Amino acid sequence: MARALWKGNEALAEAAIRAGVDAFFGYPITPQTELLEYMARRMPELGRVFLQAESEIAAINMVYGAACAGARAMTSSSSPGISLMQEGLSYIAGSEVPCVVVDIMRGGPGLGNIQPSQADYFQLTRSAGHGDFHPLVLAPATLQEAVDLMYASFDLAFRYRTIVIIAGDGALGQMMEPVEMPPMRPPAQDRPDWAVFGAKGRPPRAITSLYLDAEELEQVNQRLQAKLKVIAAGEQRWECYLTEDADYLVVAFGTVARIAKSAVRAARAMGVRAGLFRPISLWPYPSGMLGTLIAQMRGVLVVEMNAGQMLEDVRMAVCGRVPVRFLGRMGGVIPLPDEIAAEIVHMARTRQRGNGHGAQRLLQFKE
Amino acid sequence: MTSLSLRASLREVSVPPQMEIVYAHPAALADVPMHYCPGCSHGAIHRMIAEVVDELAIRERTLCVAPVGCAVFAYKYFNFDSCEAAHGRAPAMATGLKRILPDRIIFTYQGDGDLASIGANEILHAALRGEPIGVIFVNNAVYGMTGGQMAPTTPVGMKTTSSPLGRDPLTQGRPIHLTEMLATISGVAYAVRRSMHSVAEMRKTKKAIRLAFQAQLQGLGLSLVEILAACPTNWRLTPVEALDFIRDRMASEYPVGDFKVDERLRNWSGEC
Repeated sequence: MARALWKGNEALAEAAIRAGVDAFFGYPITPQTELLEYMARRMPELGRVFLQAESEIAAINMVYGAACAGARAMTSSSSPGISLMQEGLSYIAGSEVPCVVVDIMRGGPGLGNIQPSQADYFQLTRSAGHGDFHPLVLAPATLQEAVDLMYASFDLAFRYRTIVIIAGDGALGQMMEPVEMPPMRPPAQDRPDWAVFGAKGRPPRAITSLYLDAEELEQVNQRLQAKLKVIAAGEQRWECYLTEDADYLVVAFGTVARIAKSAVRAARAMGVRAGLFRPISLWPYPSGMLGTLIAQMRGVLVVEMNAGQMLEDVRMAVCGRVPVRFLGRMGGVIPLPDEIAAEIVHMARTRQRGNGHGAQRLLQFKE
Repeated sequence: MTSLSLRASLREVSVPPQMEIVYAHPAALADVPMHYCPGCSHGAIHRMIAEVVDELAIRERTLCVAPVGCAVFAYKYFNFDSCEAAHGRAPAMATGLKRILPDRIIFTYQGDGDLASIGANEILHAALRGEPIGVIFVNNAVYGMTGGQMAPTTPVGMKTTSSPLGRDPLTQGRPIHLTEMLATISGVAYAVRRSMHSVAEMRKTKKAIRLAFQAQLQGLGLSLVEILAACPTNWRLTPVEALDFIRDRMASEYPVGDFKVDERLRNWSGEC
């Protein structure tokens, strides 16, 4: 199929449709609204379910209901809306029904603004709701990758009966890029053997996350954790860019990572052998590959559009073996290639003067 | 002999030719002990729902969305498919189910805290959309599961664990009349209030539940049956006193009656 120019939010919607999504429930919020609007047009054309809910709370609980019936159900939102969905996400995780959620992150906290941000990293990877669980979180850096990950997301969600979150930011949602769309897949015909759709010719089923007996709930948690271990072992995704001969490593995800690629090239032009490690799965975090790369590095620079959230995962993977610096822009400010390149070069020169550990500033923000 | 083994032995009994079975365990009700307190109305309401499901022969295509509250285990007591919703979100969850399974009979079972407080927005918008789902709204004027706190339906002056001096309308508001409110919405096909305080009222309650399911079978819109129910434990009354409390205190604030009945249901002459 030929490449065509797509807007990020609409490309995500079309990719979900081609992946066979049965039902979309959502609520308007900038900068993801075009995704909902696209679904409002396309889903009824295809005889599938579109419903604009009264709130993000209702939207995620509609997803929960449709998912219980075995449907490929999804919603999309942006940071404040994801906060409202946390309750439903926790129930969905506890009930082990599959669903897909898109978060087009914006600046926070509070109402914040509608500019791109990565400040939901902790919320998505660590605290998507109460209780012990992690969604599978995928962070595309280009629209083609966003489409490909969205296309794969329902298979992942159903394989593991888990929540898959596509984590983009306002830039990814709003930008336009050429995309090659995958082929249209028909919605699944068979209902899963765990779904509820009427107890005809079989014993009744109940989908619940309630286990009043402590030992029974602990066993449920142990089963969930065992499943998360399987996901953690099998679903780590990453990209390495110019890392083979690199002395200094930039770690960045999503929109920031593609900016960091320019910075890495600029740093190389200034004589610093820099490379980029780009986590694609934020949970599970590709710690093993990062830990392996670290062995050859003299320093690491983490760049994020937040106050240093993925930084914690990097520090855990690095384990103090090399200095870790951080460059963060917040409130919807996007870091520029020049400032990232300047940080890489500064890191290298500081190391060459031999006082890398003493001079490192672990948290650095632009004034 | 426990009631369970009595029930089992009754099933095995062969009926002499001159006799007929006039009362049996509904197929739609699971054969398990319930956890409800003595004098609680939930068990009887569960049974009425199960009887209606059997009478309409819809057990294999009925789904219950259970609430958070005392009826949280409703899914264990019905012999058909069910889901457990988050507190107040049952109408949203039922919406998701019904949109995927439009030919199934989907109902929520919700208490007054669940439906009239934390889930007021979800029930309101399910009604606005005219979702063809059933809503069994059990109003016992308190949060039962958490130990009898004030609910939005608590009568003025009633003492609860969170209104120890009695509900003061100046600071705690007056009881909400959600069924009357929902009856004003065009998407609602059926909105009535019934009571569990006497056998005669219970018969009317069952008939209303049957009409609510019938409304869904006909695809008429959202159907809601509010049921005034007893909570002797949290009211600190005996089961018999609790029935009098419904009749004397609750029914004066919440009169039983029909607030909306779709014309197409009025012509239906189903017997119960």
